[in-house]
Amino acid sequence: MSMMADHQGNSLFARIMNSNMAYSFKRNPVAIVSMAIFLIITLAAVFAPLIAPTDPYDPSLYDILDSELPPAWTNQGDPKFLFGTDDQGRDLWSAILYGTRTSLIIGICAVFVQAFLGISIGLISGYVGGRIDNILMRFADIQLSFSTLMVAIIFLAVSQALFGSETFNKYALFMLVGVIGIAEWPQYARTVRATVLAEKKKEYVDSARVLGFSSIRIMVRHILPNSLSPIFVISTVQVANAIISEASLSFLGLGMPVSQPSLGSLISSGFDYIFSGSWWITTIPGVVLVVLVLVINLLGDWMRDVLNPKLYKG
Amino acid sequence: MPLLSVRDLVVKFAMRDETVTALKSISFDVARGDRLGIVGESGAGKSVTGFALLNLISRPGFIDSGEILFDGMNMADMSDAELREVRGNKMAMIFQDPMVTLNPVLTIGQQMVETLQAHRKLSRKEAEQIAVLKLREVYIPAPEERLAQYPHELSGGMRQRIIIAIALLLDPQLIIADEPTTALDVTIQADIMELLLELCTTKKVSLILITHDLGVVSQMTENTLVMYAGRIIEAGRTREIINDPQHPYTQGLINALPQQTLPGERLKQIPGNMPSLSAAPKGCAFNARCEFAQDRCRMEVPNFEQIGPVKVACHEVRRLHHETHKQEDLA
Repeated sequence: MSMMADHQGNSLFARIMNSNMAYSFKRNPVAIVSMAIFLIITLAAVFAPLIAPTDPYDPSLYDILDSELPPAWTNQGDPKFLFGTDDQGRDLWSAILYGTRTSLIIGICAVFVQAFLGISIGLISGYVGGRIDNILMRFADIQLSFSTLMVAIIFLAVSQALFGSETFNKYALFMLVGVIGIAEWPQYARTVRATVLAEKKKEYVDSARVLGFSSIRIMVRHILPNSLSPIFVISTVQVANAIISEASLSFLGLGMPVSQPSLGSLISSGFDYIFSGSWWITTIPGVVLVVLVLVINLLGDWMRDVLNPKLYKG
Repeated sequence: MPLLSVRDLVVKFAMRDETVTALKSISFDVARGDRLGIVGESGAGKSVTGFALLNLISRPGFIDSGEILFDGMNMADMSDAELREVRGNKMAMIFQDPMVTLNPVLTIGQQMVETLQAHRKLSRKEAEQIAVLKLREVYIPAPEERLAQYPHELSGGMRQRIIIAIALLLDPQLIIADEPTTALDVTIQADIMELLLELCTTKKVSLILITHDLGVVSQMTENTLVMYAGRIIEAGRTREIINDPQHPYTQGLINALPQQTLPGERLKQIPGNMPSLSAAPKGCAFNARCEFAQDRCRMEVPNFEQIGPVKVACHEVRRLHHETHKQEDLA
């Protein structure tokens, strides 16, 4: 009877706080710390225009005379520039805030593209089976046999040459989202297909068919909600992977332009000066990137443990 | 015209290197409001028959030939859209294990509303009202509260009641119940059967009860089919079949009931196993286990024909029947 009362009167928030996930979260210090850091980074990124002292996208705001100033806490540091400046005199703290925002947007949007493609293809492949399954999965195999970076480098390099640097820089964000999204869908498709294969043998699927539901309805409304836990888990890992891919591509000069830097292009722009002693231009964005990816992966680990209680935790 | 009329239905399964026949030309009728029991041991083709009636045999199985006339329309060659219209709406099915038949991530209410909305143009509110009404019909206490609950919060018996309520949601003309109580507690089995019987008689719904429990069949049904290795081997009024079984296999089934044995004695089981579909013997499929088997039984498949009050497929039963008739004629 108490179960019933829980469902009736309480708000959504109370139900979330009562859930198994919240319970395990409150008892897992690693998850709490990771979540806290992730939230701080995300909030700082979202509110970058409010927090940042200057607009790093506006070249008229920086002075070449301020170039390569070390962080504020060192001897030659200028208190105006918390993390120092880059080679053009741009405030690194502002650039990092904006760069984190760009990196997160690309990471999350690319994962949405991956998830959409991968889940649709995986569902169809697993549910329909037979020849269609074979064709789709062989596509996935072919896709997986090229490394993400190789596909992305070829595609981005060709389009950079085709459209010219200027147009490319204008649409770099969309190109990166598209290319990282398309290059990694097989991860989702394979995971979803495997779960669908297990789920479709269960009797509730038979009973849905007996009740006269269409295949699409059975896939989307009955099988998909039962396959969500592995999707959540790979989504976190994939966000981290997408951020790294973006950073790698930008580092290679195929990503975000230096005028609108992401974390990767900041690291790359500082790399030229690292031997002249300006270590902060590369190191500080690098640390932010590592911390961001690490906490996302730790959250993913925690989520996998919660959502898959059968997993052996040694 | 009967509600359901199955004619020469053949269902095959395409395996890796051969095609096996799971249903070997079966024919039967179900009248409106009639209750039919299908009995037989595991693998005899009972469940395949149930799925075939809804044209839901999934790969590698397929309906090879034959007709399934339901309400005048042939289910065997309907389009997918037409089939969906019939499934759940005019013909419903209840499965064995209520623990796994309901979708674990949807509430009872969501599942019932979805079923109603898939077949009728109804608002959420209207659908919920019908759902509550149907839950009340299957004696679920506090039905309004159940709508917000998930399947895992309910007991097995309660879930099977809800599954019956879902089957009845759209007032079907025929319910196929595939061993509806096998997974339940013995005390609840009787309750569920009683409920099913009550609902079928008051609503004049036809029922096909697939089971291996002859006791249940005798209480629930008017007619019975006995299946063996993909064929119907005996069919007729349930009373006749239970009281005076003709086919040696049916006799064996009834003799195997624990009530037929004195305490302390061994149960009278039928020796041997049912042949697998791919290794069926020549002639009558039961010949290897039959104590009356003659040479003829090992050569020819017996015809399924009316002998006395029931239809039987057995050479020996027919021979004995003719002999007694001759003797009666002489006398």
